[in-house]
Formats: sequence, C-alpha cells, structure tokens
Amino acid sequence: MNRTILRRRIVDILALVLATAATLFGLVWLVWILFTTFVQGAKAVSPALFTEMTPPPGSAGGLLNAFYGSAMMMLLAVAVGTPVGIAAGTYLAEHGRHSKLAATVRFINDILLSAPSIVIGLFVYEIAVRTAGHFSGYAGALALAIILLPIVVRTSEESLRLVPNQMREAAFALGLPRWKLTIQLIYKAAMTGLVTGTLLAVARISGETAPLLFTALNNQFWNANLARPMANIPVILYKYAMSPYDNWIELAWAGALILTLFVLLLNIGVRLLTHKVLKR
Amino acid sequence: MSDLTDVTNGTAHATASSRGPHFDRKASVLKSGRWGDKLFEYGTAGAAWLVLLVLGGITFSMAWGGRLAFQTFGPGFLTSSQWNAVTGDFGALVPIYGTIVSSAIALAIAVPVSIGIALFLTDIAPRWMRAPVGIAIELLAAIPSIIYGMWGLFVLAPFLAQHVEPWVNDHLGQWPVLGPLFRGPPIGIGLLPAGVVLGIMVIPFIAAVARDVFNAVPAGIREAAVSLGATRWELLSRVTLPYTRSAIIGAIFLGLGRALGETMAVTFVIGNAHDLTSSLLMPGNSIAAAIANEFTEADTDLYRSSLIALAFLLFVVTFIILTIAKLMLLRIERISGKTD
Repeated sequence: MNRTILRRRIVDILALVLATAATLFGLVWLVWILFTTFVQGAKAVSPALFTEMTPPPGSAGGLLNAFYGSAMMMLLAVAVGTPVGIAAGTYLAEHGRHSKLAATVRFINDILLSAPSIVIGLFVYEIAVRTAGHFSGYAGALALAIILLPIVVRTSEESLRLVPNQMREAAFALGLPRWKLTIQLIYKAAMTGLVTGTLLAVARISGETAPLLFTALNNQFWNANLARPMANIPVILYKYAMSPYDNWIELAWAGALILTLFVLLLNIGVRLLTHKVLKR
Repeated sequence: MSDLTDVTNGTAHATASSRGPHFDRKASVLKSGRWGDKLFEYGTAGAAWLVLLVLGGITFSMAWGGRLAFQTFGPGFLTSSQWNAVTGDFGALVPIYGTIVSSAIALAIAVPVSIGIALFLTDIAPRWMRAPVGIAIELLAAIPSIIYGMWGLFVLAPFLAQHVEPWVNDHLGQWPVLGPLFRGPPIGIGLLPAGVVLGIMVIPFIAAVARDVFNAVPAGIREAAVSLGATRWELLSRVTLPYTRSAIIGAIFLGLGRALGETMAVTFVIGNAHDLTSSLLMPGNSIAAAIANEFTEADTDLYRSSLIALAFLLFVVTFIILTIAKLMLLRIERISGKTD
C-alpha cells in the first residue's frame, strides 16, 4: 500500500518535472532566437539603414528601398484585404450567422488560415504575374492581401459576436434598419477587436517571404512604381542571408532585427490593448 | 375667439402637415432600410463567397498549372526520384520524402513538448505565471519564419554540426535497423536540422490549442477525479487526455499542416539537394523548399509545371490534414462554446 502511494507520488513528481522542463525547452528557443537577432542586428544597425539603397556586394548601403517597398505593399494589402475581410466577418456574425454558407465559409476560412503561403504565392503568380507578363508590387500586395484575408475574417467575426444581442434588439425595437445598426453601433462597439485583428494580420504579413518571391520579386534600386518589381524586406533578407558576402549578411541581420522588433511590438501592443478592454 | 380658432386651426394644420411628411419619411426610411438591408446582406455575403472563391481558385490554378507535368509523367511523377532540369525529367519522390520526414521529426519533437507545456500552463504553473508564460510561447509563433531560417542557418546548423551530430553518429548510428538513418557527415544542414527547426516552429501552435482544449474539460469531471485522490499525473493521463483525445489529435494535425507547408525556415537548412539518401544528416529537399529555390530559375514550361504540380500535391495534402484537424476539434469547440 505504502509502496503504491510512493510510486504514484514519484510518477507524479516526474510528470511535473518533465512538464516544467518542456516549458523551459520551449522558452529557451524564444530567448536564443531573440538573443541572436538582437546581438547580430545591433552590430549592423546604423542610420544608413534607413537612408541608403541596397548596395552591390562589398560596398556600404542600407535597406531604404526595401523598407519602402514592404510598407507600400503592406498598406495596399491592408487597404484591399481589410474591408473585404470585415465584410465577410460581418456576414458570418450578422446576416448569415446560422446559414449554410456561413458554416462552409467558416470551415474553409480556418483552412486558408493555415494554408501554405508558398502556394498562395504561386497562385498569384499564375493569375497576376503570368497574365501581366512581369513581376510587380501589385502582385506582391495581392498575395499579402490573400494571406491577410482569413485572419481578418476570423478576428472580425469573433469580435462582432462579442457585441451583446440586447444592443441589436434595442436597435430593432427603435426601427433602425439592420445595415445602419451594424455600421453605426455594432462596428463601434467592436472597434477594438476589429483593430486588433487588423494589427495581428499586419504583423503576420510583414514577415511573409514565400508569397513575395514570385510576385514582387526584388529590385536593387529605388522604385516607387507598384507596377514594377519591388524590393521588400523579407525577400532581401532571404537573398542577402543566403549570399556569401559579409556586408550583405550583416545587412540581413540588421533588417531581421527591425522586422522582429516590429512584429514583437505589434503583438505585445495588441495584447495590452485587448487586456485593457477586458479589464474595463 | 378668432385667435383661438386661429390657434387651433393652426395647430390642427400644423399636425396635419407634420403628419403627412412624417409618415412619408417613415415610409421612406423603412423602404431605404429594406433596400439597404438587402444591399448590405448581399454585399457581405459576396465578401464571404470570395473566401470560397480564393480556395477554389488556388486549387484550380495549381491543377491547371501542373497539368503539363501530370500529363507528361503520369502517376510516375509521384514515384520517380529523378530531378534533372537538363534532360527535362522530373519526379516528386525526393521532395515528398523530405517533406514527410522533416515533418515527422518536427512532430516527434513538438508533440511531447507541447503537451508538457499545455499541462504546465493549465495545472502546474502558479496562477500569476500562466499569462506571461503563455504569451511568451505565443510570441514564438509570431516570429517570422525567415528569422527562424536565418537563425537555423547561422546558429543552429553550426551548433548541431559541432555538438549534436557527432554524438548522433556515434550512438544512434550504431543501432541495428535504424542506424543508417543517423549515420552521415556532421554538416549541420539536412533533413534532421530542418526537422528540428520545424519542430520549434510548430510547438507554439500545438501548445496553444492543447492548452485551450485542456481548459475546456468540465470542472466537474476534474474535481471528481481529484476528490477520489488522483494525482496531477493521473488527472492528466486518466481523465484529461482520454476526454480530449480527439481534440489533441486535431491540434497535432494542425501542427502537421503547418509543418508540411512551411517554406522559408526549411529552405535555409535543408540543403536543397535532389538526392534520395537514407541518412537524416544528409542534405535533402522539401516540396516548399524546392519551389522557393527553383521557381524563378525554372526556364522551361515543363520545369515550371513540375514545380506547380508539386504545389498542387502539397496543397491537396495540407487541405486534407487541416480538414481532419478541424473535424477533430469541432466537438471540443462546441463544448467550450466557441461555435454555436
């Protein structure tokens, strides 16, 4: 009897130790990756990073054109993807909540959420690059918008559903048409959630490399024309990190640091934002 | 008197005149409301349809783009290990093998670790620790895959080459049947390093879902077990895991879906060699890495079509895996009230 209790206790302690070790194991990688990025990146960050163009191998330069290209394509992707995503999320949460279409869209949307982004890149290549005959910033933005769409659909549906039904009922009782109710009341009530979803989606697409490889391609020079191939941070990081040139690798680490900071700050900021709302 | 009539007349007149337009306005509001509602419903439904259209479009365009490869090589495309751009002979076996093997290694690492993390976050950690540790694990999922790739190439690969792979060679390499898998030059680039990076990447996805799933176990069941004297390990192994089995399998499939399609991190460390080797330490290739590496260099229609055919296979397989994951998770979502 005593032996069974002892055995059970030992097994229990062993399980606790292993679970704690597993958590430490997970956290070690986070710390290690962030540490590497910060140390390697800090060595290479300089004002020139934001004022000069991507250099040829062996000479100094910055990543200005890549930052600009990434920013432009992300802005366009958000401008196209967010309204569509919020509209679809609105259908799932409001008019179509219990419809068959909504159930199907919910299911497919969840799958798109985890779909391989490289396939989305090839898809946009097929529909926008091959037909146009050349790579372009527009194609890159379209690929990013397709990746952003399911994230916004999901988060906007969830935040619209959090709006209490009494609000809808009160508005109906006053004779307010549903579209006015949605736009003037529900969207306002769910604003934090909608913003949060969009910010999370931006964080996600800012580091997406695979879908840009065959759409925006790359550009060594300054280019503000979205109709032409455009430099962007992820593809530059890939190209430079894989290159044999020391100054390119250094620049890649500097870019990696900026990108990581951007993503981490967005993610932490979003969590603070939602936390504040939940508390209120 | 006359003033009074005037006033009453006036008010009567005023009410009459205000009633008319008032009713008109109300009618027009109702009408515009009805029209607006229809318009709004169709508009939002159209956006919802677009989600389906994207999925259909991807499937169709990959099948269409890959048709030349499928027509040329037939079913042999799946079983041929040839990949020769000069002779125009392409087979998918090497990338398929690499994708499966690297994902299997990833799951072997990530599944036990993720379940441990989920257990830690639900039952072991003191309450004040749960939110910060949970967020830290979630941040691991937020780091862009290109950063994982760079870290894998510059930090993990040398580390594995110097400290881990020699040991793997000396010890696991001596095993009777599985030995050849672990014998090879310790170069830090290959299927094993790719699997390790993938494993780290999918830990947060599986752990986050597993934690939510554990939290969805009804308190009554847990309390009943504890009141009967179950230890925490017994609570997990005899109550929580059996209760959530299908959902945990769903979480694992979700991680598998991620691992199969992950591109950049793998491209950096897998070595991009179209050789079929028995050793996990040798460079190999995965479907996503092959596409990322070679697509812009593909100079013939057949070459390009073969890569798109690979993408089609990848997309269909991940679609099936993710569908299974979703179905497995449906029950627990219903319990925790995520969907109604």
